[in-house]
Amino acid sequence: MELAQQLVNGLTLGSLYALIAVGYTVVYGIIQLINFAHGEIFMVGAFGALSTALLFFRSYVDGGEMLPFWALPVLIVGAVAASVAIAVLMERIAYRPLRNAPRLAPLITAIGISVFLQEAVRLLYGKIPSFPDAKQKVPFPQIEVVSGPAFNLGGVTLQRSTIFTVGALVICAAGLFYFVSRTKTGRAMQAVSQDPDTARLMGINVDRIIVVAFVIGATLAAVAGIAQGLQVTNINFKMGFLAGLKAFTAAVLGGIGNVWGAVIGGLTLGLVEALAVQFIPGTFGGSPWKDVWAFALLILVLVFRPQGLLGAKVVDRA
Amino acid sequence: MSAMLEVKDLVVSYGKIKAVKGISFTVDQGEVVSLIGTNGAGKTTTLRTISGLLRPVSGSIVFDGRDLTKVAPHEIVSLGLAHSPEGRRIFPKLSVEENLLLGAFSRKDKGIREDLAAAFELFPILEERRAQPAGTFSGGEQQMLAMGRAMMSRPKMLMLDEPSMGLSPLMMKRIMTTVTTLQQQGTTILLVEQNAQAALRRATKGYVLEVGSIVLSGTGKELLASDDVRKAYLGED
Repeated sequence: MELAQQLVNGLTLGSLYALIAVGYTVVYGIIQLINFAHGEIFMVGAFGALSTALLFFRSYVDGGEMLPFWALPVLIVGAVAASVAIAVLMERIAYRPLRNAPRLAPLITAIGISVFLQEAVRLLYGKIPSFPDAKQKVPFPQIEVVSGPAFNLGGVTLQRSTIFTVGALVICAAGLFYFVSRTKTGRAMQAVSQDPDTARLMGINVDRIIVVAFVIGATLAAVAGIAQGLQVTNINFKMGFLAGLKAFTAAVLGGIGNVWGAVIGGLTLGLVEALAVQFIPGTFGGSPWKDVWAFALLILVLVFRPQGLLGAKVVDRA
Repeated sequence: MSAMLEVKDLVVSYGKIKAVKGISFTVDQGEVVSLIGTNGAGKTTTLRTISGLLRPVSGSIVFDGRDLTKVAPHEIVSLGLAHSPEGRRIFPKLSVEENLLLGAFSRKDKGIREDLAAAFELFPILEERRAQPAGTFSGGEQQMLAMGRAMMSRPKMLMLDEPSMGLSPLMMKRIMTTVTTLQQQGTTILLVEQNAQAALRRATKGYVLEVGSIVLSGTGKELLASDDVRKAYLGED
């Protein structure tokens, strides 16, 4: 029973990591940039959903009631719009001018954007008329059907937010698979990641494909932001930091640059964390040690399989 | 005959090093023009500049009446100029068919399926292996795929960079025969080769490039007969 419960917990956590990890890996696959500000795109998505609730469903929020179920798609749209807008701006303003700079420059920039976005939300969110102060954690609106009492399946607790999170990952992964392998733009994306110059010769606008990669990553991160809000019932400006770091770990674990690797890596990491909490006895067990085990796993993979679980061996292009 | 491509006083450099030092040449409609020269002569640099992947320091490139030096590389192919790059550069993890479809990326017309059939007719092995990842192909097969892919854009002019590189004599012959076939079907061709004999035999016109400058030009036959070319490129004394 304990095992089943931890598998459910691990799957929930892993799905969240996987949704965020895809954003690291698609951008890396195209421009070899570790976008360390991607965790903040996830955070902005959660705040986008909250803002949408405050703007359109104010009476429910103020009355402490659950939002109607049909508010869920509206919140998703709001979250995705916020994340995508910030991600596209970030690419246009900060990364594109550095396209031909040494690789360290965009990396440092990414860390700068990460701090900038956290501080902007912390200091400015409460300045928007009628919005709550975001210097501490802010309650996240709860929604009918996806919030509420948990189900009990023969002793295993199944939160409604778990169903939302895992379901969101399944739908997003299926959509992504269709997009990458069946559409013209998806094929162009694969071409750019394999050989950008030759992709140009085919008539592919590489700058446009890079924007598409950022948009995909931001969309999935926004959905993850809502999932997180539903799970913990509150959000805060620094929620992107550890989640982003874990998702990055998941992407590396699966093989950075490989979309399916990000999904597998996320699920693996979530399961390892959950199982370590329950089954490692004594001093080193329990939830205080879960991050240690997560990163220990990363180190082991990097030592014995540096290309990640699904990654191909990286060969420098001639 | 009208000039399809006119390159004038083209200078290209990598930082301070001039790779192409003011070359001029023309390719008329329906021709096969060969650009020959040793490694490092500036042949590939010239083609990459025509395609917009590199920008010239000075000079002009006029294709079909349009100056290409300010056009983005991804827009050049839709003007009717295809480039099959050095080293073939097929997309290794994509299937043969996906590679070919990417060749038609810039097109919006309905004839793409037809042209896919035409590419398969030109190189039947591509049809047999249409679902196979292109990275598993031999050099010759990759070259066929690269040429087929370039033809999928339905170009007025095709630039081929070292199509015979690393191929067996039999495969080389096969590729060169295809060049003639494509010419007969109405495609103008600019062929860059180290293999001077094969390239000049099929050329209506040829240019010899040496460390960034054109040192000799003439019809394919004239160049094949020239003492300088024979000594330098055909290994004859």
